[in-house]
Amino acid sequence: MNGTTTPLLAGTGLRKTYGATPALVDATICVRAGEVLAVMGPSGSGKSTLLHCLAGIVAPDAGRIVYDGRELTAMSDRERSALRRREFGFVFQFGQLVPELTCLENVALPLRLDGLKRREAERRAAGWLDRLEVADVADKRPGEVSGGQGQRVAVARALVHQPRVVFADEPTGALDSLNGERVMRLLTRATREAGAAVVLVTHETRVAAYSDREIVVRDGTSHDAELVA
Amino acid sequence: MSIGQAFLGLLESHPRHGYDLKRAYDERFGQDRPLHYGQVYATLSRLLKNGLVEVDSIEPGEGPERKCYAITAAGVTDVERWLANPEKPDLYLQNTLYTKVVIALLTGRGAAEILDTQRAEHLRLMRDLTRRKTDGDLADQLICDYGLFHLEADLRWLELTAARLDELTREVRS
Amino acid sequence: MIARWIRDLILGARLSRAGGRDGRVRMAMTAVGVGIGVAMLLAASSIPAMLQARHDRTAARDYQMYGDTPMAKSDRTLLVTEADTEFRGITVRGRLLQPDGPHAPVPPGLATLPRPGEMVVSPALAALLSAPDGALLRPRLPDRIVGSIGDRGLAGPREYAFYLGSDQLTADSNAHRIDHFGDRNVGDAFSPMLALLIVIIFVVLLLPIGMFIAAAIRFGDERRDRRLAALRLVGADSRMVRRIAAGEALVAAGLGLLAGALFFLVGIQFVEGVTLTDISVFTSDVRPDAVFATLVALAVPAAAVGITVLAMSRAVIEPLGVVRRSGGTRRRLWWRLAPPAVGLALLYPLVGQVGRSTARANPFQVAGGAVLLLISVAVILPWLIEAVVRRLGGGGVAWQLAVRRLQLSSGTAARIVNGVAVAVAGGIALQMLFSAAAASNSIPTGQDITRAQVEAGFDRATGPAIAAEAGARFRATPGVRSVLSFAELTGTDPKAPAPSEGMAPTFPIYVADCRTLAELAAIDRCADGDAFLVARAAGDPFKGATPGPGERVRVGSVEWTVPPSARPAEPKPDSLARTASGVYATPSAAGVAALREPSVRTFLRVDQAKPDVYEYVRNTAFAIDPAMYVTVLQGTRASSQFITIQRGLFIGLVVTLLMIGASLLVSTLEQLQERRRLLAALVAVGAQRATLGWSVLWQTAVPVLLGLGLAVVAGAGLGAVLLAMVGEPVRFDWWNVSGIAGTAAAVVLVVTGLSLPVLWRLVRPDGLRTE
Repeated sequence: MNGTTTPLLAGTGLRKTYGATPALVDATICVRAGEVLAVMGPSGSGKSTLLHCLAGIVAPDAGRIVYDGRELTAMSDRERSALRRREFGFVFQFGQLVPELTCLENVALPLRLDGLKRREAERRAAGWLDRLEVADVADKRPGEVSGGQGQRVAVARALVHQPRVVFADEPTGALDSLNGERVMRLLTRATREAGAAVVLVTHETRVAAYSDREIVVRDGTSHDAELVA
Repeated sequence: MSIGQAFLGLLESHPRHGYDLKRAYDERFGQDRPLHYGQVYATLSRLLKNGLVEVDSIEPGEGPERKCYAITAAGVTDVERWLANPEKPDLYLQNTLYTKVVIALLTGRGAAEILDTQRAEHLRLMRDLTRRKTDGDLADQLICDYGLFHLEADLRWLELTAARLDELTREVRS
Repeated sequence: MIARWIRDLILGARLSRAGGRDGRVRMAMTAVGVGIGVAMLLAASSIPAMLQARHDRTAARDYQMYGDTPMAKSDRTLLVTEADTEFRGITVRGRLLQPDGPHAPVPPGLATLPRPGEMVVSPALAALLSAPDGALLRPRLPDRIVGSIGDRGLAGPREYAFYLGSDQLTADSNAHRIDHFGDRNVGDAFSPMLALLIVIIFVVLLLPIGMFIAAAIRFGDERRDRRLAALRLVGADSRMVRRIAAGEALVAAGLGLLAGALFFLVGIQFVEGVTLTDISVFTSDVRPDAVFATLVALAVPAAAVGITVLAMSRAVIEPLGVVRRSGGTRRRLWWRLAPPAVGLALLYPLVGQVGRSTARANPFQVAGGAVLLLISVAVILPWLIEAVVRRLGGGGVAWQLAVRRLQLSSGTAARIVNGVAVAVAGGIALQMLFSAAAASNSIPTGQDITRAQVEAGFDRATGPAIAAEAGARFRATPGVRSVLSFAELTGTDPKAPAPSEGMAPTFPIYVADCRTLAELAAIDRCADGDAFLVARAAGDPFKGATPGPGERVRVGSVEWTVPPSARPAEPKPDSLARTASGVYATPSAAGVAALREPSVRTFLRVDQAKPDVYEYVRNTAFAIDPAMYVTVLQGTRASSQFITIQRGLFIGLVVTLLMIGASLLVSTLEQLQERRRLLAALVAVGAQRATLGWSVLWQTAVPVLLGLGLAVVAGAGLGAVLLAMVGEPVRFDWWNVSGIAGTAAAVVLVVTGLSLPVLWRLVRPDGLRTE
């Protein structure tokens, strides 16, 4: 890890206010290709907002976000959607799987959103379910599987289109230790194999221990030592 | 242990007599193990010898407890260095970590930085353990998990303490 | 037992206030929804009283036109004639009045009779005449306005009417002599056909309103259930929870009743400003039927409790959440076929029984059968949607999302669409009945509207030369391309034996110039002074045979000799004359100028592209004779009463559909709100708004299409049965069906369109925030 490699994704001087509540005051962060970066901090510190900004889900009020040489903050909503569809993957704490689709269809969703044929999308999706050891729930609906299985399905969905960055917001937040560990192990192993970077928002140190590096957000402020260099 | 740095921290706000120092230390950090006078004066003389404190004034009368000690510039630097350096993650760290947090708050430094530094250090060890765990067999996993949970407990306790003390300081200062 | 019930109901009522912002919003939505429904019901129940009041007033200002003997002139009599006109689609009721003496009757709403050249007009007409828009009407009504017709003399507040004083009327020129206003002979009994129609109209319009109220009561159900789950957690048992929910529903229904009364009272203040197909209504006429209003006040809360308890029996509220009993068991078809079967069984015995002149059918049997047939749409639809959706697959992401959602909860979809489907089914049945009624009441003119677009005419006591005069004035009217004007007289054969029925056989005499005569009959050559004879053909409405040349006939009070030089001619197949047979004479033919009392008939070809061309024609007509009729010709002409009812029905249906659309919107928005986190997550994954929008559209469109399909089948079935009942041939009017179904589809599209902005707002990334 040396500071000379250009970061894949970098945000500087990010500021975001929801109504009268400042969520981000001055946040700086960078993500290098293939690394697992933990974003830590107490609840309400602005971790999730920082993740949303970086992923192009939320436009910051001020600051710059550069992904792979392109300025995210200057893109249109359509371009950012396309970017999220093709280059980013997402795992949230809960409520991300479409309850009426089967697990397999859920995993195939990003590919289909990007225009891939259903058959091919579901073939690839099945491969990922297998890698995350949840091939047996492929035809079940999210409501019929356990929390740990659901979260692994979500991880499969985040990886199915081979993104370069996976954003994980408290991916183990709703799981017990054992299932949490399992999801983290599979998530980091799969992303390392795929060479994808992970931005891992968590308040649990044990989960953060799966990262290569961490930055701390406190009261909407974060500094990334790597970027200062 | 870090009685010396604790004394320096306590002296930073204002000069104190040796007896004062012992009482302040016992109140905040001593719990049920108050310092012996011998320990107090041995520490103070070591600090004096290293130039970290100086005798500010001597009140008339006999005995070392009549001396009033003040921190020197070197002493302040020493406190800063101590606070900035993380402790080696270890079991039963709480005494030192707690002392650090309190001293930082007392001397007007934020507890957050200490925490961040310490967390980084803890995380480094936890990463090692995690890596060993993911590569190792079940026995390795169990052993590593033991360490991981303890380290995590340390950090969580520390975080909670800092949050509470922060609250307290705000209350005191307001 | 009772005490516990009451206690729980009261607790529910109290909770409904304590439900927080969420609960209050839900309560308000239900109250407004129920309120709208109740207001509609009250409005519907006011219709009989409204019609009666209107009927009473119009009967009071009418007069008996057909007496056995003409009334003798006295100082208590009045001459009156119709001078109705039309202005840009508005019907203006006009009467010319001429008192015979100081005690002549005064029409209702007037203080005194207008003097010659003075007008008393309705407020709406006064406003129109003084507005720039009315400038083209003014030449027809140039007289001085001396007063305003009171409400007592008007059918409705926006009616256009005038009374014009005259001194030109004579009893033999189409004016009637009367000694009082008020026609006692105006029947108030509905014909059996009309009675049947009214029963069906009520069923068709009120059933969807009922379903709308039912839907309104279930607004925000799911959130309520979650609140109740919290009550289960602190120890309420499932029965208590049900009663508490019922208590809440009761409060909502009560508020809804109040809101409904309020909406109704506020709404009728505006009713006078509304005109539907020439009909406007006085606020004071809108009086709900007391029995019906009481029934509504009792039924709505009862329905609220019933629906809530029934809906909750399908959802199990556990302390930790709500489990819906869905999926798993498939819906069964067999019992759903019972309502249509029973409905048909009720209606079938009536087939052919409701002849137009025979006694009316038992209205309860008709209504019961119709209700059951319509309800069967709502009963079968859930099964149909489930059965179809289960087989759906393929398609893009939006389609997949929609289909899967429907597969998981087709019941919700069915519930939403039921109202639309029932309304459409009823509408189709009614339209079929109406088309049949209109078809049997429409008048085929048999005339080619490419040859003439306007027919005008009047009767005059003068000689037949007036026809040429009128033709010349029309020719000078802007927009008129060509004019065909002739006088028509009726001749009687004086030698004919006095017929037993009291009417001697007659034949027509047409008087016009050669060019015009050539249009009426096949005439080889013609010069002024010529006359022609066309022999009577079988089927002519005139019973009299055409007289021979030189034969003496009677024309009104004049004796006339058919010119001996009259030549035979052939009938012309596409003649504009009423009959082919008769005498055709030029004005200077012997003795023609001495004939009296012709009917002048004028056919005009106009430039239809010229704006207001018909108004110019009417102005000319009015100048020639205020009592002249002007008819715009159409291929067929439905009886205007039916057109009015048909349009009214269509408007009622649209209003009903809009209401259902509103409830559709509410539940769509509710669903979106519930799924906001999921939607936000989908957007995070990179789904485009369009994809989500399409999925919402499909999700609504698929059940709606199925619902409409079923509605068409059920509506056509009911329509066919009703037609069979009144003994009409069953005809299926695709045009009407597609009109109704299209309107319903448009409502759904609008609803989806309206929900999109909310969708866009929901998928804003804030939705991902957990706080």
